[in-house]
Amino acid sequence: MELIFEKSVEGRKGFSFGPSDVPSHGRIPAQYARAEDAPWAQVSELDVVRHYTLLSQKNFSVDTHFYPLGSCTMKYNPKFTEALARLSGFTDLHPLLAQLSGGEQWTQGALQILYELEEWMCEMTGFKNFTMQPLAGAHGELTGIMLMAAYHRARGNSQKKYVIIPDSAHGTNPASAALAGYQTISIPSDKNGGMDLQALKAAVNDQTAGLMMTVPSTYGAFEPNISEIAKIIHAVDGIMYYDGANLNALLGRCRPGDVGFDVMHVNMHKTFTTPHGGGGPGAGPVGVNEKLSKFLPISRVVKRTDGMFALDYNHPESIGYIASFYGNFGILVRAYAYVLMLGQEGLKETSDHAVLNANYIMKKLEPYYKICFDRLCMHESVFSASRQAARGVHAIDIAKFLIDQQIHPPTVYFPISVPEAIMIEPTETESKQTMDRFIEKMIEADKLSQSDPAAFKEFPLTMPSSRPDEVKAARDVKTSFFLPASSDAA
Amino acid sequence: MNPYISNTPTEVGQMLKDIGVDNIDALFADIKPQHAPRSFKLPGGQSEYEVVSRLTALALKNNVHVVPFIGGGYYDHYIPTAVGALASRGEFYTAYTPYQPECSQGTLQALFEYQSAMCALTGMEISNASLYDGGTALYEAMMMAIRITGRKKVIMDGGVSPIYRKILRTYTHHLSYQFEETPVVHGQSSRQEIDRLLDKDTAVIILQNPNFFGAIDDFTDIIQKAHSVGALVVMSVYPVSLGLLRTPAQMGADIVTGEGQSLGLPLNFGGPYLGFMCTQKKYVRKMPGRIVGETVDTKGRRCFVNTLQAREQHIRRDKATSNICTNVSLCALQAVIFMALIGKNGLKEMAQLNLDKAEYAKELLSKIKGVEVKRSAPTFNEFTIHLPQDASRVVGMMMRRGFAAGFPLGRYYPGMERYLLVAVTEKRTKEEIERYAKALQEVLT
Repeated sequence: MELIFEKSVEGRKGFSFGPSDVPSHGRIPAQYARAEDAPWAQVSELDVVRHYTLLSQKNFSVDTHFYPLGSCTMKYNPKFTEALARLSGFTDLHPLLAQLSGGEQWTQGALQILYELEEWMCEMTGFKNFTMQPLAGAHGELTGIMLMAAYHRARGNSQKKYVIIPDSAHGTNPASAALAGYQTISIPSDKNGGMDLQALKAAVNDQTAGLMMTVPSTYGAFEPNISEIAKIIHAVDGIMYYDGANLNALLGRCRPGDVGFDVMHVNMHKTFTTPHGGGGPGAGPVGVNEKLSKFLPISRVVKRTDGMFALDYNHPESIGYIASFYGNFGILVRAYAYVLMLGQEGLKETSDHAVLNANYIMKKLEPYYKICFDRLCMHESVFSASRQAARGVHAIDIAKFLIDQQIHPPTVYFPISVPEAIMIEPTETESKQTMDRFIEKMIEADKLSQSDPAAFKEFPLTMPSSRPDEVKAARDVKTSFFLPASSDAA
Repeated sequence: MNPYISNTPTEVGQMLKDIGVDNIDALFADIKPQHAPRSFKLPGGQSEYEVVSRLTALALKNNVHVVPFIGGGYYDHYIPTAVGALASRGEFYTAYTPYQPECSQGTLQALFEYQSAMCALTGMEISNASLYDGGTALYEAMMMAIRITGRKKVIMDGGVSPIYRKILRTYTHHLSYQFEETPVVHGQSSRQEIDRLLDKDTAVIILQNPNFFGAIDDFTDIIQKAHSVGALVVMSVYPVSLGLLRTPAQMGADIVTGEGQSLGLPLNFGGPYLGFMCTQKKYVRKMPGRIVGETVDTKGRRCFVNTLQAREQHIRRDKATSNICTNVSLCALQAVIFMALIGKNGLKEMAQLNLDKAEYAKELLSKIKGVEVKRSAPTFNEFTIHLPQDASRVVGMMMRRGFAAGFPLGRYYPGMERYLLVAVTEKRTKEEIERYAKALQEVLT
C-alpha cells in the first residue's frame, strides 16, 4: 500500500483553520526562520480517513482476532472505559491548572480519581502507598529500583552493588537495574520453574541491594518458596521487588505486600485492561510498604481535612520528579472505571478464569507439544517446540502457520531460557469455543510438521505481506520516507 | 459472573474435568494458606451505567471552561475530529507491539509514516517510533549523548523546562555525572557561561527552543563550539513552532527531542503524551526505543518491521541502550494522522496563527498600566510579562474571573515571583484575548 506521502497532491488540504480574527504580525526574523517548509503530505480529509482505515485493517487485534500473546495479557478492553476516558472533563484538563492558585478546586474530579485509585491499588496488592506517575511498566521498574537505591543511601549503606534477577525475567528487569547504577546477577531456575534456592543463597551477600521477581514467573509458576526467599534477602537488608507483569493470575488470591515484597509495579494495560495501543501508552504505578514510602516521587495526591483533594510536594526525602505530572491520567481513568465495575468479586473471578483457561489449553496441548514443567500453571503456559524443531519446523514457523488461521501467534522464543519457547496466555475473556479452535489449529500444526514440514517455510500465505527480510532492514537502514536507504550506518 | 468472562458454569465444569481437578481452587494449590490476602475489600461490583454516571459526575467536577492561557510546554491546540475517530478504531488500539510483522502492517506502516513526518518536521535523518513523553525523552537523549561521547559532564541551559531539568536530576542524582546549569540572560541562553564551562570533558549541552520563557533563539554558534571540542548538543523543541522556526537540523543539533502533545493529543491532565526523538543516521544504533524500518517480503513487496532490535532490552538486557519496552504507539498514530490532515501548508498556517494571536495579546497587555511585556528576544506563542505584584496572587484573582491566566514563574525560578508566562494558541479568539486583557486590567487596579 502507498505511503500517505505518495498520495500527496500539491495544494490539497485536509483541514481548514478559517480566516484569522487578529491582525497578521508578519514574519519571524530571518535569522530564526525556517528555510524550507516541512514536506508533510498534502491530502484531503477523505484521503486520510480512507488511508488509515485501510491500514487498520492490516492489523490483527483483540477486537478482531484471538491474541494469546504470552506475558502480555491481551484481554478484551471494554468499550465503556474508552468512552469515559474521552469525556472532555478529563481530556481538556491542563495538568498545570492543578498547580495554579485557585486551580485545585477546578481539578477535584481528576484528583479524586488518582486518590481513590491509589487506595484501591494498595488494597489489591497489600502496600501502603502507590505513585501513579510511572508512564509504563519499565518506567515503573526504574522508579522502583531508584526507590531501592534511595533506601540504601538513606541508611548510609554504600556497599550495595548487585540486584539479583532470575533467568526467566523480562529483559526490562536487568535493563532497569543497570540504568539505576546496579550490576545484575542472574539466577537459574529449578526443575519446577521455581527459584533455585541454593543458587540464590550462594549469590546473596552484604552487597546485595535487592531481588527482582516476577510472580507468577514467566514460566507461569507461582513461587512456593516466596516467604523463604524474602527472609534470605531481608537478612542482608535487601529489598524485595515484585514485577507485576503477571498480576492477572493473583487478584484476590495473594497480595505481594503480604508475602514479603517491599515494592512493586503494576502494568495497567495488562491486569486492568487498558488498551495496548499497538505498543503503548501504558501506565506502571509503583506500590511500596512503610520502608520505602517516604522516598516516593513527588507530587503525591492527598485528601485534606476539609475533604478537598490536593497535590502535596512536601516530602524532603522523596527521590523527586520521575515524570512531568501525575502519570498517564487518561489510562488511569480507564483502570479506575474497570475496578469500580468489577469490584472484589469480579476481580477475583478474573484471575480464576485466567488460570482456568490457561490450564485448559496446557492440558489439551500437552500430548502434542513438550511442556517445560509438569504441573499446573497459573495464567500462562510455556511449551517448547523442540519435537517439531527436530522435524525442521521451528516455533516461528508454527507462529506463521497460526497467522494463516487468523490467530495471532503466542509469544515465541521467550522466556529465553527455554529453547523454541511458545508461551500461551489466553486470558479470562476468551471463550471455550475460541480456545478449542486454537487447540485444534495447534494440533493441526503438529500433524503438518510430521507430514509436510517443508510447507511451513512459505507461511503465512494469506496476509498482505509474507515474511519480511529482517536482515535487509537492519543493514540498509531505511526508517524514513525522506531518507534514501544506504548501508553506511556505522 | 463479570460480563467480560465468557465461560458458562457448564463449560467451567467440562474444562475442570478435562484438566483433572475438582474445582477452580485446586488450580491455585501452589498458593498456600499463609500466602492468602490479609484483606481484599474493594468498592464496586457496579453496573456499567452506575460507573458511567459516577465518572461523568467526576468529569463535571473538573472545570474545563476557564479560558486557558497556560502553556509551559503543554498547549490547548485544536484536534481535528478525524484524529480521534481513526485512532479509536479497535484494530489499532487493541493490537500490541508488532512482534509479528505480517499481521501488524497497519501499525508498522503508520509508525514508519510517523517517523518520516517527524524527520520532515525537524530536518533530521532518523526518528524513533516514540518515547513516553517530552521529559523522559530528554533524559533518554542525555543518556544517549553520554554513551556516544563516553564523557560525563552535562551542561544544561536554564531555559530548558524546569520540569524536565528536575526529571534529569532525579534519574542521575546517584550516578557519577557532573551537572552544570547555565543562567538565562535577557531571555536567552548565556553564551558566556556555556563557553566558560564547555571543555573536552563535556558530553552534551542541552538546549530548548523556544525556551521555557517563550524566547526564540538560534543556537548555531553554541552547537559549532560544542562540536569543536567533541561534545554533542541535544535540543528540545516544540513541534508546532517548527512551522515557522529554524529547524534543529539547520542549527546542527545532534539529537532532537520534545513533547508531541501539540500534534493532535489532548491535554489529558498530564498524559498520555508523546515523547519524540530524532537524530542523524550515524547515531541510529545508539538510539533508544523502537525503530520501524522498511524492507521487502519474500516476494519482493515493500513491507515494514521493527528493526535494529539488537539495541533493545529484550535482546541486550542489562547492556541495552535503554530499559524502554513499550513506546506510545497509539499517540504516535494520533500524531501522524494529525500531521497528515494539517499538511505542509496547514502547519505553516497554524504556526502563523499562534504567532499572530500571541503578538496581539502582547500588544493589548503592554497597554495595561504596571504590566511590562518582556521584549528582549522574539517569541512564538508564549511570552513573559512582569506584573506589579505577585503573579500567583494575580492568577488566583484571574481564576475567579474565568481565566487560567498563565504560569507564575516564581514556582520554579526563585526571584521571579512577579513574572507570568502567558500562552496564546490558535484556539483563543480575538474576543477572549480582549476579555483577558480587560480582566487583567481590572485585577491590577
